[in-house]
Amino acid sequence: MLKDKYADRIEKIFAKYADKRSAVMSLLYLAQEEYGYVTEDACAEIAALIGTDPTQVRSIAGFYTMFREEPKGRYWLQVCTDLPCALRGADKFYEELLQELGIEDGGTTPDGMFTVEHVMCLAACDRAPMLQCNFHYHEHLDMDTMRALIAQWRAEAGVLAEAAAVGDAPAE
Amino acid sequence: MAEHILLRDLDVPDIKAFDVYVQHGGYEALRKAVGMTPAAVIDVVKASNLRGRGGAGFPTGVKWSFIPQSEPVKYVVVNADESEPGTFKDRQILEGNPHQLIEGAMIAAYAIQATAVYIYLRGEFWDIAANLDACIEDARKEGLIGPDVLGSGWSCEMYTHLGAGAYICGEESALLNSLQGLLGQPRVRPPFPAQKGGGLYYEATVVNNVETLTNVPWIITHGAEEYKKIGTPESPGPKIYCLSGHVAKPGNYELPLGITFRELIFEHAGGIPDGKQLKAILPSGASGPVLPATDAVLDTPLTYEAVAQIGSTLGSASIILMDETVNVAWAASKMMKFFAHESCGKCTPCREGTYWLRRRYEALLDGRAQARDIAILDDVASQMTGVTLCALGEFAVNPVRATIKHFRADYEAWIKQEAAEDKKAAKPAPAREKAAAR
Ligand SMILES: Cc1cc2nc3c(=O)[nH]c(=O)nc-3n(C[C@H](O)[C@H](O)[C@H](O)COP(=O)(O)O)c2cc1C
Ligand code: SF4
Ligand code: FES
Repeated sequence: MLKDKYADRIEKIFAKYADKRSAVMSLLYLAQEEYGYVTEDACAEIAALIGTDPTQVRSIAGFYTMFREEPKGRYWLQVCTDLPCALRGADKFYEELLQELGIEDGGTTPDGMFTVEHVMCLAACDRAPMLQCNFHYHEHLDMDTMRALIAQWRAEAGVLAEAAAVGDAPAE
Repeated sequence: MAEHILLRDLDVPDIKAFDVYVQHGGYEALRKAVGMTPAAVIDVVKASNLRGRGGAGFPTGVKWSFIPQSEPVKYVVVNADESEPGTFKDRQILEGNPHQLIEGAMIAAYAIQATAVYIYLRGEFWDIAANLDACIEDARKEGLIGPDVLGSGWSCEMYTHLGAGAYICGEESALLNSLQGLLGQPRVRPPFPAQKGGGLYYEATVVNNVETLTNVPWIITHGAEEYKKIGTPESPGPKIYCLSGHVAKPGNYELPLGITFRELIFEHAGGIPDGKQLKAILPSGASGPVLPATDAVLDTPLTYEAVAQIGSTLGSASIILMDETVNVAWAASKMMKFFAHESCGKCTPCREGTYWLRRRYEALLDGRAQARDIAILDDVASQMTGVTLCALGEFAVNPVRATIKHFRADYEAWIKQEAAEDKKAAKPAPAREKAAAR
């Protein structure tokens, strides 16, 4: 339960606002961090915490693009293909990235490593092509730097998987 | 401008650190302000004629003076949602010179005697928010935020709040709903945010853009008269111009209001790359009407009035440039995709109109459009004008009507080329459609 595991963080979030409802987005981020995506149970938990009903929480989650309502790849790549980036080659970059990973627009690699989506302007238009990976920006990309990043992420995930196999990963 | 007023990170790279900011005169303006009466602070900002940098250009001091002083609870909300395609200026302030924004927001809060300041950041500014929290903490430790600010007897807290990816939450009333944990959809006005019933938690609230507030410390320190020496009488001050698209040196340029498009693009930003001709200019991201790059347009000063006079808007000065290789109807399709995605769905003309227009643009690009479709696009867009709840619905009309007005030939080229050529030579169908066909 978020309530027990993150009691301190939740208290801090509530302290910011005159109304507990304002905490809904922060709590959705927290749930996403914990469960990987916004689960039905998480919506019920959050609703209980802020004193509303789960449907309301679900509708908030659905309204915004940064909340995932289903599981996604370990690395969630959101490539900007909006007009200013597209003028600097973002559409082509996006197609090549999909090809490199062998998936379609919005798809996830079979090993569950990468989900790739295209998104609207991320306020980085002067540094196109660019993408956001798990909420961090990578800018001035080309396919060479992209291949290096993919290799780095695969290696990182490999290390994590090994750690999990010997049992240091948090039990969940 | 020799020295930057807003993008001071370009002159002093470490100005983001509290100590460095203070060494360079930081927080002196707040000190000065709390020694004045709140009304006197508002008067200085009014006299400076600082205008809102979030897009509408509304005079900031006038906005502050709308707040009823008798209300016990009042808020300042900083709009850091920055989601207009082509806009990345607030981000540089937040990353490079965050204390100046914090100081400006505190001065605004003192002027209206606010009890708290909320900074609403677009959700993607995750790292920026963490850094801003640390900056706020630094300022709080020095008694610049919190109880009894600088011994003035006035207390005010400051918090950050992360959005989660929705352009509409940059619209101030939708932003307030989002901050209250409601759906991020615009409110019916009146009451306006400055009125009891219209603001955050329905209390009187000032909503200002990041860049707007970052001007404020300089105005308090140097006075309204000095400020008005920069820019033009109607549009005074420095402005951050965001240049993107086909330009040699894309990026942010802090320059006075009133310089011309030509100076900005060719003297400062290095002109158009690869010896190409400039074809079209979007002065205010996807939201304002496109302009053809004629000599008359290039010689127009960048002020709220002058850009309006030539049929567009200065907006937040997110200037997207397109060279001769661009088909402007394609650019319009990109913009319509944006608005269809970002329409919040609350009112019918915008929700249905943007959806329908996006579909027509897909048909155009797939070679399924006929000559009469141009008139139909224009007609549908015109039916959305003046009947939507918020300005997004109005913005969404511009990519259609202005591009047809100035670049009709680009539409005709799609229609003819697609009709004449082998379908295989045309653009590949969007991947989403491929997926749907499986
Ligand atoms: C659809 C839409 C999106 C907007 N997005 C932003 C934004 O991202 N940032 C911003 O400061 N203002 C944005 N605005 C303008 C705000 O509603 C508001 O006018 C502004 O924050 C007021 O601050 P200012 O007076 O300092 O400019 C947007 C308006 C609309 C209609
Ligand atoms: S005009 Fe569009 S974005 Fe604005 S309230 Fe209506 S549906 Fe929502
Ligand atoms: S268009 Fe891609 S970041 Fe702005």
